[in-house]
Amino acid sequence: MTALESPAVVIAPKGAPIRRNTELSLLVFAALVPVLAYAETGLSMDGRLPAGMLWYGLGLGGFALLAHLSVRRCAPHADPLMLPIAALLNGLGLVFIWRLDKARELHPNYPAAQNQLLWSGLGIALFVAVMALLKDHRRLQRYTYLSGFAALVLLALPAFFPARAGDFGARIWLHLGSFSIQPGEFVKILLPVFFSGFLMVKRDALALASRRVLGLYLPRGRDLGPIVVVWALSVLILVFETDLGTSVLFFGIFVVMLYVATQRTSWVLFGALMAGLGFWAVTRAEGHVRGRIDEWLHPLAAARGAGVGQIGQALFALGAGGAFGTGLGQGHSWLIGFAAKSDFILGTIGEETGVAGVIAVLLLYGLLAERGLRTALAARDPFGKLLAVGLAAAFALQVFIVAGGVTGTIPLTGMTLPFVAQGGSSVITNWALVAVLLKISDLARRPAPGESLQPGTTP
Amino acid sequence: MSELTLTVMRLGFLAVLWLFVIVAVQVIRSDLFGTKMTQRAATTGRRGGNPNTARQPSAASAPQQRQQAPAQSRQRRGAPTHLVITQGSLAGTTVALQGQTITLGRAHDSTIVLDDDYASSRHARIYPDQNAGAWVVEDTGSTNGTFLDNARLTSPTPLQPGSAIRIGRTVIELRK
Repeated sequence: MTALESPAVVIAPKGAPIRRNTELSLLVFAALVPVLAYAETGLSMDGRLPAGMLWYGLGLGGFALLAHLSVRRCAPHADPLMLPIAALLNGLGLVFIWRLDKARELHPNYPAAQNQLLWSGLGIALFVAVMALLKDHRRLQRYTYLSGFAALVLLALPAFFPARAGDFGARIWLHLGSFSIQPGEFVKILLPVFFSGFLMVKRDALALASRRVLGLYLPRGRDLGPIVVVWALSVLILVFETDLGTSVLFFGIFVVMLYVATQRTSWVLFGALMAGLGFWAVTRAEGHVRGRIDEWLHPLAAARGAGVGQIGQALFALGAGGAFGTGLGQGHSWLIGFAAKSDFILGTIGEETGVAGVIAVLLLYGLLAERGLRTALAARDPFGKLLAVGLAAAFALQVFIVAGGVTGTIPLTGMTLPFVAQGGSSVITNWALVAVLLKISDLARRPAPGESLQPGTTP
Repeated sequence: MSELTLTVMRLGFLAVLWLFVIVAVQVIRSDLFGTKMTQRAATTGRRGGNPNTARQPSAASAPQQRQQAPAQSRQRRGAPTHLVITQGSLAGTTVALQGQTITLGRAHDSTIVLDDDYASSRHARIYPDQNAGAWVVEDTGSTNGTFLDNARLTSPTPLQPGSAIRIGRTVIELRK
């Protein structure tokens, strides 16, 4: 065969141009869309352009520009699409939160838009920091077990702190003085790092050492260890912190990465089976979780004479939106009540922009996840591949869990819509997540040494 | 605010949002057209086919290659640009046509090295004919023959895009 004598082969995206200017123009576009939404909201609610319009616009644009410059400097070959999409989603989120701030009928209602802008700024700062400090994503591989341990600590931390009234059933907050953070959010990055480092080493054992039973590859008992441990941990989180969302996310990322690393469908079946089993057992035991299931099954059942529950209100909001929505600022989504700005913000989007707006937003999420998977395909090192898949899966699963919950597809769990929903920890983490993905894609799209970029490919 | 203004703004916002999505998809359009394979050793960075079979031109012919590249870009629209192997052990391999002769056979120095029991070492060649203005396939004395659309070749024959050349179990098509 001639394969023996052929030189090394590099598979690269066609042309793989640098495309930083594409990113910049998309970013300008992405900054203008929220400003338009802001103006529209102000006009419809107050009859005039909002006073802070210039500052919000400039603030958002300034953040985006900062992020762009850091990409230009530290990751020149990175994907051109991720940053603009993240910026657009963040900007839209700010407008919707501001709009709900102005809803006088919403109780309790604390102004949150300014805080969210602040958190977005911090998120961008973290983005820039990751860009500058993380020279090569493969360095993360050194911290495989450390990040696994850190993830466990962060997940377990809230359980050891006194719960507060107003934590709404789930114990996932850490209160530090006047503000609170959700340490579980940062786990979304730490876990994929741990899993990709772990699976890099173990995937051959997991993929090849298996017996074939009934057409399925059953893993050996000793290889089953890690999956059982992860499963047990996610069930424990569910029991002690009653946080369904994190538990599903945690286990989902693991199953996705296991499947990608080993190419064995039986792992997915196994994972689904075990998740179902654990879920069933917990619903029998835990009242909080059972309540969620009941609300999912009967969203329109009136609760204690107070009208329908939140999911019911969210469904009404989506229905009221129709095809093109009521227009920004003209909906009645404060009826959703508590958590309208965080978990249920998709309800407001659905009511005021209609199904056209919701699909556009979901497409943006889809595109971002697609860029992540595309990065995984283009990455040359197995660790980068797995990490990119894990991060993209973490991102996509978040959207699925919360969007599925709000639309009544799956039981609602506490999870924020990435970039859009109110929640400081979530915004920060997702910016860092995008930064790591951009770093991987920078390395993946960088031309191989010795191969010069063809002239004319840079726009 | 009048009802009309608000309606226009409402639909305008949706239009702008969708415009962004469409522009974003346009940016990644290149994803749909797959990947290219380049060889590290290659100095020309030309678009090659499967490197296992498609041989790089020797270093001496590299400058000649470079000169041909602009000529190809000036080619009229609709001219075939690549060969695709649609059946056989090399199925899925594409070879770009850049004005050079393509040789097919089991010999190691063929452009497309056929790993096919029914192929001869020097089985056939495909070359551009300036007079006919088309790509021409010629059987170079093979044992089992070269078939163009199920008819055995006896003389050099111009190729039409989409017509199938069969050598043993391998089927090759000229595509635009």
